[in-house]
Amino acid sequence: MEKESVQVSEGGHVAHHDDKPLLSVRNLKTYYFQDEGTVRAVDGASFDVHMGRTLGIVGESGCGKTVTAKSILRLIEKTGRIVEGTIIYHRGTGGDREAELDLTLLDAKGPEMRSIRGGEIALIFQEPMTSFSPVHSIGSQIMEAIRLHRQIGKQEAYALGVEMLHRVGIPLPEQRMGEYPYQLSGGLRQRAMIAMALSCNPRLLIADEPTTAVDVTTQAQILDLLGTLQKESGMAIVFITHNLGVIAEIADQVVVMYLGRVVEKAPVDDLFHAPKHPYTQALLRSIPSIQSVPREKLPTIIGAIPHPYNRPPGCPFHPRCASFMPGVCDRRAPRLLPVTQTQEVSCFLYHRDTEDDEWVEWTWKL
Amino acid sequence: MNRRNGQVLLEVKNLKKFFPIQKGFLRRVTGYIYAVDGVSLFIREGETLGLVGESGCGKTTTARCILRVLEPTAGQILFRVAPDSTVDLAKLSRSQIRPIRQHMQMIFQDPFSSLNPRMTLLDIIGEPLLVNGVRSRKERQDRVAELLRQVGLRSEYMPRFPHAFSGGERQRISIARALALNPRLIVADEPASALDVSVQAKILNLLLELQDRLHLTYLFITHDLSVIRHVCERVAVMYVGKIVEIAPTEELFDMPRHPYTEALLSAVPKPDPRLRSQRILLPGDVANPANPPSGCYFHPRCRYAIDVCRVESSLLGEVQPGHFVSCHRAAEIALRGVNG
Repeated sequence: MEKESVQVSEGGHVAHHDDKPLLSVRNLKTYYFQDEGTVRAVDGASFDVHMGRTLGIVGESGCGKTVTAKSILRLIEKTGRIVEGTIIYHRGTGGDREAELDLTLLDAKGPEMRSIRGGEIALIFQEPMTSFSPVHSIGSQIMEAIRLHRQIGKQEAYALGVEMLHRVGIPLPEQRMGEYPYQLSGGLRQRAMIAMALSCNPRLLIADEPTTAVDVTTQAQILDLLGTLQKESGMAIVFITHNLGVIAEIADQVVVMYLGRVVEKAPVDDLFHAPKHPYTQALLRSIPSIQSVPREKLPTIIGAIPHPYNRPPGCPFHPRCASFMPGVCDRRAPRLLPVTQTQEVSCFLYHRDTEDDEWVEWTWKL
Repeated sequence: MNRRNGQVLLEVKNLKKFFPIQKGFLRRVTGYIYAVDGVSLFIREGETLGLVGESGCGKTTTARCILRVLEPTAGQILFRVAPDSTVDLAKLSRSQIRPIRQHMQMIFQDPFSSLNPRMTLLDIIGEPLLVNGVRSRKERQDRVAELLRQVGLRSEYMPRFPHAFSGGERQRISIARALALNPRLIVADEPASALDVSVQAKILNLLLELQDRLHLTYLFITHDLSVIRHVCERVAVMYVGKIVEIAPTEELFDMPRHPYTEALLSAVPKPDPRLRSQRILLPGDVANPANPPSGCYFHPRCRYAIDVCRVESSLLGEVQPGHFVSCHRAAEIALRGVNG
């Protein structure tokens, strides 16, 4: 995939294109309320998604990347909810539809969200077996997905299903329509899941670790397939993974998350060649790669990812940060701000702008 | 320590493991899965040999045969039990294997399912000791405490259960368990794949450190070529039950000699967007070990295939000192490696 050139508007904002973003997430906070405490799974995430481009969200366990995806699709389980923030979905002009819609304000189970979910914003998962029912054939499931969002008959839906399977490179598509998920290999199942997700021609595809469970040669095929499908349809992709190599391969813009917060946001080249946040820098140094010296100890990040109930005060990364500044980093959390023309970082090494003490205020309300 | 001159600790010759496919009411054998189909390799003392391949290639089955968790269908597994004494593990009975088992241990991929949740760390790490005659509880406790320290965990953790620990810590527990009987060979099956990126580095560092300190020999199984390059001195590439290439790691990466290795190397995503090279995309899926193609198993997906490839499979031949390939065209084709 080619890299897009980056444009900066007159206002000095970090803009990446002339067109409006398809999806704008601002200060998203999704918390889970358990008996043992509150998990701030997403704690202030902001980013944009553009048509025809791929946004990569990268982070380790507990960083909130999957909960972010679920929040966008309003699939948060009962114990959690979006406590703050907006998810503005730009439907575009035309007809009687509103141009902009804040998904956080919709009823998660209501008809509007259900029409968007699957119809306009699709989601594919890591484990294809969890999105396919094992007791129904692939064909019947794809047809069900199609007919949920479109008023077409069974025959037409069948033909569309076959066409989708063919488009994702599955050989003998008619035969596969009648087969069950267990009869397909991991790679083919993943393709079938992509086919099902794309059968309603979504404008945004959210892919949550779609290649983690498959072999590296299959992964190469899947990444190539997604790139081709994106070029054909112009859809936006949000690609969530912990694998920095995959991010380097497919993302245009990258968001790095740690413990529910966005710590860095940058175009992919800047992220890998001029990372700003200490966490990003440390992460890049710690992965074995073609560049690292064989059999020498890899530089690692001291400590471990804290338990979600034991959030450090202030900047969540400070206990493990080589550049920790006592009295600064452990008091308040830094805001995500631009530090170059293209990059944004949330770190006191670059500025002293803090987040408001909303958490403290919020607890007073209880 | 000059590892290259070490004695050969383990030599596998033409190992085969076929699983019968039984169908129908009468459970008739209708065919076989050729999971391991003539694998030969050797590992020197103190060395790390990587075994890389995709799912279904037979790498885990090979490891299980070596450890005699499975009984091989054919072939030899020669293990050096003493400086001048070698045994063929494939020929031994179950009771004869038992005393040799302590020399070879395994670390598994999934830190969440490889530890019994109802046993404390003391029980888990102490079990090999108990089974091998260490009856004194105090002696076991002392040894377990020492093992925990070696893997970077506090000995106070002994009475705790696995669920109290993170994935990385559980892998350390698995490693401690594997070290309990002072093994000489450790088979690590994807030990870091299920862990977070930042934790992987720590586990790999630990394994390297332990190898130095305890003079261990590793058979390192993984699908991750970056890890291979970081940890292994030599690597064997498997495809559908066969080894297609064995070479010193640097050489394999610089100049692979088998088309499958070339495709594998090109498919690995590099953490640098400037290296978005043209990937070689293999058509189709991995061949079915229950019904492999004729001739060379890789020929249907190989862009260099010629007529002989469809008819005859190739044997491992040495193309350079220490570099073996099984490909009819190894001498003619120039394949692309990884830069740098």
